[in-house]
Amino acid sequence: MKTGWNGRLLPLLFLTACLIALVVLAFAVGKYRIAPVDLYRLIWAKITGTPHDLPPAIETVVFAVRAPRVIGAMIVGAALAAAGAAYQGLFRNPLVAPDILGVSSGAALGAAVGIFLSFDVVAIQGFAFLCGLGAVATVYAVGSTVRGQDPILTLVLSGVVLGSLLGSCIALLKYLADPYDQLPAITFWLLGSLASTTGQDIASTLPAVLAGMVPLYLLRWRMDVMSLGDEEARALGVEAGRLRIVIVAAATLMTAAVVSISGIIGWVGLLIPHFARMLVGPGFARLLPASIILGGAYLLLVDTLARTVAATEIPLGVLTAFIGTPFFIWLLATARRGWQ
Amino acid sequence: MSLTVEDLAYGYPRKQVGRDVSFELAPGEIFCLLGPNGGGKTTLFKTILGLIPPQAGRVLIDGEDIAALPRAALARRIGYVPQVHTGYFPYTVHDIVLMGRTAHRGPFAAPGAADLAAVEFALEALGIAHLATHVYTRISGGERQLTLIARALAQAPKVLVMDEPTASLDFGNQIRVLEQIKRLATGGMTVIFSTHDPEQALLCGDRVAMLQQGRLAYLGAPSDVITSDSLREIYGVDVTVAEIDTASGTRRVCIPRFSPQEL
Repeated sequence: MKTGWNGRLLPLLFLTACLIALVVLAFAVGKYRIAPVDLYRLIWAKITGTPHDLPPAIETVVFAVRAPRVIGAMIVGAALAAAGAAYQGLFRNPLVAPDILGVSSGAALGAAVGIFLSFDVVAIQGFAFLCGLGAVATVYAVGSTVRGQDPILTLVLSGVVLGSLLGSCIALLKYLADPYDQLPAITFWLLGSLASTTGQDIASTLPAVLAGMVPLYLLRWRMDVMSLGDEEARALGVEAGRLRIVIVAAATLMTAAVVSISGIIGWVGLLIPHFARMLVGPGFARLLPASIILGGAYLLLVDTLARTVAATEIPLGVLTAFIGTPFFIWLLATARRGWQ
Repeated sequence: MSLTVEDLAYGYPRKQVGRDVSFELAPGEIFCLLGPNGGGKTTLFKTILGLIPPQAGRVLIDGEDIAALPRAALARRIGYVPQVHTGYFPYTVHDIVLMGRTAHRGPFAAPGAADLAAVEFALEALGIAHLATHVYTRISGGERQLTLIARALAQAPKVLVMDEPTASLDFGNQIRVLEQIKRLATGGMTVIFSTHDPEQALLCGDRVAMLQQGRLAYLGAPSDVITSDSLREIYGVDVTVAEIDTASGTRRVCIPRFSPQEL
């Protein structure tokens, strides 16, 4: 075929291979090093149900400590990148990321309130999730009440405005919080981390992530049309208004779900879709899988760095910003092709 | 009649742009809309396309009120070629034309063999098959306009609405686009297009209307409508309409009076 479909699948295969290599690396490195051979033997023994002669500490490290963290990093990265790809296409704006509609700041406020009121961990996550969804619903309500000429611009501006209001509320809570007990917890959560991710976190997050990702993948061909703008999309036969609500809801669900376990991790949703677009082009049928794989691989890499490069763990959100900012400037300066 | 516009009043909430617009178009007819800037051409088009609801009156395609049609069914009947734009994402020409097939598939369906064949056919028909793998945002304005027309052809509607299809095109591309419009109509498609050049209406319009302050000031055969009197009324300039013998037959041309010394 003339469009080179098969040629564009190659980057996806390459990315998948990188991801697998990273997973092995992430399991191997850390305070307790595990040789890849031991890892293979352990997993093989687990699959076949045969006993192994490895020290029990290895089994604990692999399954109880590293597995939730590795899987968690991939889920969080994949969800943020997929949501970013959807938001960027939908709002036709290169600077749109999952935080633009207030999801992240809403979830952050929810978590801060939960910590301030001394909720338990599950309640804090649930509260973060609900506040993230609530923030987007508010932005959407404001955006559709204010009938401007450009509905997308109105929506994005409402998101920015609400985001800064929520930021002020978080600042107020930090000011009021108990400086010895609550303030470090709030700050830690706002910086983003996967250090305390458990298997239960993953079990509770995965359904919400899938519930957002599956509709996005099913609607991948419609997403391309939506990126032409409302008017053209409708003239081509798409119920643009209804479809936008579905896509925003799906992307928001994913974002709120992962933010509630990892805290605020910026830049992934902004950068990864750009990079994926440079590799496989803008067609959503390829862009979405590429963003998912690349997002998962990127956050896994950053999280592995966060727990290995220094004696103490570096907050994940800080590290993604340190890597993301120069990368984004490089993108702006050199690679117009990723955008136009 | 493939398109019937009945006593249409149109505009935005709390702001009427025009009213009392009525006309009927037969299959394969080319209808050309002239009018000054801000005369309401684009708003009228959006109302005919069902993108904004009419304030009064109805738009019918093959006797069906478009207000009652779901969006996809409507898009299989009426297509839109917007004013040429630069695009946002680096889609290929093939990708863009393929989007014309959206209304022919279910919401989750991937493009099938029929869709790809329609894209191939549309690219060939517009003579841009060699551009298929080129990136839409990096081809010339004329090529982009041909791509958008190819997308409309792949959409295969009965009625095609084109908003200033020759605006911002160079001299040669303007003629090539007009030739394509004529070919689409010969194939049975009803075409409505707006233009700022009355000679284009004379060249390929079966009927011409002039829109002034949202109402149809003139409607009829091009040679009846486009006169020095009507052009003076609509555009406020003196125009000589003359006949010239050319290699492709006798043609009417419009020559505006140019008198800077009187200002």
